[in-house]
Amino acid sequence: MPRIRWARVGLATAPWLFIAAAYVLLPDYLPLGAQIMIMILFALSLDLIVGYAGLVSLGHAAFFGVGAYAAGLLARHTAADPLIGLAVGALAGAVLGLASGALVLRTRGLTFLMLTLSVVFVLHEIANRAVFLTGGDDGLQGMTVPPILGLWRFDMFGRTAYVYTALVLLACWLALVHLVDSPFGRSLVGIRENEIRMRSLGAPVFRRVLAAYTVSAALAGIAGALSAQTTQFVALKSISFSLSAEILIMLILGGVGRLYGAFLGPAVYMVAQDAFAKGDPVFWSFWIGVVLIVVVLAGRNGVIGVIEDIARRLRKADHP
Amino acid sequence: MSEILVQALSVFLHGLAYGMVLFLISVGLSITMGLMGFVNLAHGAFAMLGGYVAVTLMLRAGVGYPAAVLLAAAATALVSVVLERTLYSRLYDAPELPQVLMTIGLVFVASAAARYVWGPLAQPLQLPSYLAGALQLGAFSFPIYRLVLIAIGLAGAFALWLGLERTLFGARIRAAVDNRRMAESVGIDSHRLFTVTFAIGSALAAVGGGLGADLLAISPAYAEEYLVYFMIVVSVGGLGTIRGPFFAAILLGVIDTTAKYLVPQSGAIVIFLATFVVLFWRPQGLLGRAGAVK
Repeated sequence: MPRIRWARVGLATAPWLFIAAAYVLLPDYLPLGAQIMIMILFALSLDLIVGYAGLVSLGHAAFFGVGAYAAGLLARHTAADPLIGLAVGALAGAVLGLASGALVLRTRGLTFLMLTLSVVFVLHEIANRAVFLTGGDDGLQGMTVPPILGLWRFDMFGRTAYVYTALVLLACWLALVHLVDSPFGRSLVGIRENEIRMRSLGAPVFRRVLAAYTVSAALAGIAGALSAQTTQFVALKSISFSLSAEILIMLILGGVGRLYGAFLGPAVYMVAQDAFAKGDPVFWSFWIGVVLIVVVLAGRNGVIGVIEDIARRLRKADHP
Repeated sequence: MSEILVQALSVFLHGLAYGMVLFLISVGLSITMGLMGFVNLAHGAFAMLGGYVAVTLMLRAGVGYPAAVLLAAAATALVSVVLERTLYSRLYDAPELPQVLMTIGLVFVASAAARYVWGPLAQPLQLPSYLAGALQLGAFSFPIYRLVLIAIGLAGAFALWLGLERTLFGARIRAAVDNRRMAESVGIDSHRLFTVTFAIGSALAAVGGGLGADLLAISPAYAEEYLVYFMIVVSVGGLGTIRGPFFAAILLGVIDTTAKYLVPQSGAIVIFLATFVVLFWRPQGLLGRAGAVK
């Protein structure tokens, strides 16, 4: 038993120890580290929907994108503190999540998939055409992000961005863990596993799922805002099906429904992408496809799934 | 006044031709999704393969256009059978997420392979001389190639309908779409049925890809770029029928072409909004059976 408890404590703190260590040991990779953490937050938001509520969405980048554009426009046209930019991003995501969720969450399966796709495609087209607002294909540029709380300036080594992103990630993570371990979070799992049963128990299914969807959208909006602020750029890709597919892939590689999968997946994916994609994007695209097919057919739940299988075997060895 | 009518007719027929290409490609997807409930996002890759093979046969081997398309369809059917037996069949009873992801993986692999073999640029299509040129009727002029597309699409739809409604094989498909377990219990081998249907659907997609190469350019991004349109046709039309994708494709083609003609700035927004509205109002699609949606 003690071994398992140490394992749990280790598992809970490991990502944060690693993030802190990376700040000290890998000073040249801080910009990449910040981007990885942003993707981790994005993946966490998606996991709430896919892993916990059990809904497959191909349009989650819609929330990331509106958050990014909202924070980006704020930075470009005002001198507002970055923290306000985060709030704006969260709000933009939440409003879109609530509005689209109220409609889209009445469906399931293929129809849900198609509706989420439609939302992200409509927004993508709007962003593409409204060049005066979004910069269209060239992206939103020319923003200057003021120092956080007037104290911490964004430096060119990415140190401020790294710590800023890490702290925002930590705050969101704690909020999410609290949500998932609460009765609300448990009821989401119940809805995922057997929706009809949950209805017969009197659970307000639609309201619960809509609440989860809105929270997820807000978190994705925060991730988008962080992306805009740390890179001072919002690409059109931020609000595309392409990014939606990519974040789903990152989540699946790490493992769905376990929250930690959202840490592992983006880390592995983006480090590998940084190493391989620059040289030959075609090669990268091909092998990611192969890895994805293999991971899906293997039937384990990504890296987390493999770790859990090993842990289960170790536990069986303890209690034969 | 007649000037406007001529323009309207022209726009309508262009939209119809586009719709026929979408129909040929998407009908296979509608049947297989209605049959096995399998979310196949890689369907566009088969149309892409058909287009590439057809164009390559025409450019390198000097094969005529019709023969090239037919050969491409046969080759694609073969590839689809191999993929179905090795990859797709493992996930028939899996939930939605693994199906979506595996087929996304296939799209990546197919696109990367296409870029590796044929390069990143769109393939040039040389229409044979008997298809080039336009039909002239007074003030009205319309490309012959697109008229042929419309004719083939209509003929194809009729032939498929006949096959589905009047043959034993078609009856088996309809039975399995309506109630797979019941169909299996009367002795219909649904797995073998699916393999054959999948092959036919992929071959049709290849025909659509090859014939429509002038409308939907053959490039490595084909499978990703046009996926959403095939998905729209299938979901708006309803799964498991011929009529569904037929009318949905015509609607999509005509509305998209008209919108782009009237308001070029709007791009594809009209189509996506229309899709959203239709699916919200009728989640099973315009002509879908309520029970067929997973």
